[in-house]
Amino acid sequence: MAPSAHPTQGVERASILPEFWIESEGAVRINAREIWDYRELLYFFVWRDIKVRYKQTVLGATWAIVQPVATMLVFTLFFGKIAKLPSDGLPYPVFALSGLIVWTFFSNALTQSSASVVGSASLITKIYFPRLIIPIASVLAGVVDFMIAFVALLGLMVWYRIAPSTQVVWVPAFLILAVISSLGVGIWMAALNVKYRDVHHVLPFVVQFWMLATPIVYPSSMLREPWRTLYALNPMVGVVEGMRWAVLRTDTGPGPMIIASSAAALAIFVSGAYYFRRAEAGFADVV
Amino acid sequence: MKAAVAIDSLGKQFRIGARAARYQTLRETIADGVGVGVRRLAAGVRGNARRRDDEVIWALRDVSLEIPAGEVLGIIGRNGAGKSTLLKILSRIMKPTTGRAVVRGRAGALLEVGAGFHGELSGRENVLLNGAILGMKRSEIARRFDEIVAFSGVEQFIDTPVKRYSTGMYLRLAFAVAAHLEPDILFVDEVLAVGDLAFQQKCMQKMDAVSHEGRTVVLVSHNMTAILSLCTRVIVLDGGRVQADGPASTVVEEYRTRALSELSAAETEAGVWENLRPAGNAHIVIDRLEMIDPRTGDRKPHLTMGDAVTFRMHFHASADCDSASFEIILQTQDALPLVGARTDADRVRTRVTAGQRGSIDCTFASLPLAANRSERYLFYLHVYDAMTGHTIFDGSNFGQFSVLPRDVEGRRYPLTTGASYIDAEHHWDLSGFVSS
Repeated sequence: MAPSAHPTQGVERASILPEFWIESEGAVRINAREIWDYRELLYFFVWRDIKVRYKQTVLGATWAIVQPVATMLVFTLFFGKIAKLPSDGLPYPVFALSGLIVWTFFSNALTQSSASVVGSASLITKIYFPRLIIPIASVLAGVVDFMIAFVALLGLMVWYRIAPSTQVVWVPAFLILAVISSLGVGIWMAALNVKYRDVHHVLPFVVQFWMLATPIVYPSSMLREPWRTLYALNPMVGVVEGMRWAVLRTDTGPGPMIIASSAAALAIFVSGAYYFRRAEAGFADVV
Repeated sequence: MKAAVAIDSLGKQFRIGARAARYQTLRETIADGVGVGVRRLAAGVRGNARRRDDEVIWALRDVSLEIPAGEVLGIIGRNGAGKSTLLKILSRIMKPTTGRAVVRGRAGALLEVGAGFHGELSGRENVLLNGAILGMKRSEIARRFDEIVAFSGVEQFIDTPVKRYSTGMYLRLAFAVAAHLEPDILFVDEVLAVGDLAFQQKCMQKMDAVSHEGRTVVLVSHNMTAILSLCTRVIVLDGGRVQADGPASTVVEEYRTRALSELSAAETEAGVWENLRPAGNAHIVIDRLEMIDPRTGDRKPHLTMGDAVTFRMHFHASADCDSASFEIILQTQDALPLVGARTDADRVRTRVTAGQRGSIDCTFASLPLAANRSERYLFYLHVYDAMTGHTIFDGSNFGQFSVLPRDVEGRRYPLTTGASYIDAEHHWDLSGFVSS
């Protein structure tokens, strides 16, 4: 708006009204500014997801612990005791649980966010807001579960008398990397799912295979360089090994692996955000 | 001052096709599904993945419009005319296929009451959530919270999960949140028809107040009374185009007249009325209405004053609706509703599933319609979602019928003045006619 063009008008309104242009086509921008403007709505969505998640369950938030711990017990029996996989010098249960709490976050975030846009169809067809908020909220809501599960890991460490070092301050950094990774894949899946509901059927396989390609039951030290760095193009490799380094002082600290994973995570995230923004124009028509 | 909304040759195209209702067995569905998948894959590999359902319709075509700030504009038109599509584009929910528009000011869209309500959350939590969804700031919601709750009248249950609310309570709370929005421009789609009569009046008053605050309002409704009392200007959409535009009273009058003239073709002597209008995007469609004598089961083309009568509405549905409400209203030619009945008001649960075909009977033991000398009566059939208040099927002027005077001692007596519509039980007393 150019107020100078109408010097005699618009005086009665103190503030200049915002203008919204509605056009058939426009350049695709991620528009982080708009998401920031809607941060309160994002907050409410996260809050709603957390509130609703364990309503009408008996165990409630305990589920956040039960899921990874139960899997840890099974893995310890099969991969630790029977297959005798190495575990970077750590007791196998601690090794497995440290990977599993990260993995549970990732797989839940993926499942929730990929279904999130389709699940919000009634909102999308009735109200305008930046659509990216929906998958972002469903991933962020999982952070609370991660923190609860993290306490379980600390408990297991006390049991095995493993003390964390000051490296533990890096945990938030790897949590952020985990959020970016799962969000990147999640927004790809969420947008694809609107058009191709096949995603819903494919996802369980993807999650399963992806776990085998991530050092959850085995350590990445089983691979040699340069394969190990190449392997770390799976962003979850960097998240899991980085987290282990920060909490358990394994020999997987920041290095080529973490860099490869971070770069891959960013690439997936940025491309996902663009794809999502491009696809979202048609969400209300298709969903 | 610049127009609050300026629309320049807006158009919206939809792809339709394979989605049209077809009835299949599960086996067919599976066989078809696998077949389609394989064919699509094969086509994709050959590089000509053309969709066979490339049939398109234009829901909006070349719509240009200026809405000055402070105007209350009504949009009318039958189902599928493009009214809701226009609102969705203006509120940025959908992108147009062609053209462009500019909206100046903070816009609020009220296309459904209770969008985003979550059954597991309490009333209080839903007010906060819904407020945020509608674009209120947290501080704003907090400031107006008590006012909202008071308006809704559900104070006692504000900490109960809304899934335990009655439909009425749910709608009242949802509307209360929406009513406290303070955008510069408000887009409203058919949400005034929710709740009981008292609440509807409250909604109307609120809307009236909003429109007098100098805010720009664009209102889509099938309710001509609401349109006439709220709007200064009205446009008619037909087949996605603006067909009329002008002062509310003139446009509505013309619209009614035209609907009536289209109707005379639909007149029937057999006691059956077919739906002549396009179904549009209605997912429940009443395609036929029969007027039946409940004692004999025969169809009757006319009504006789005071007789019992059954109206049988035949419908089909292409989507599920748990809270579909069927309504039949008998109106004068000026669309003044005289007698009516509505399933949800009578606590008759009508849950409709996709693919369903059926009929629903409404029997009146005695209709108090008078044999009017000059006028016939109109059917207004209406299906709406009782949960959201949204019109699903709008069968205004579905057909017309006449009421014949009843037989009294073998002679046909018009037991009214001939100009009135309602017939009531009465008698005259002549005992004091001549004083002694």
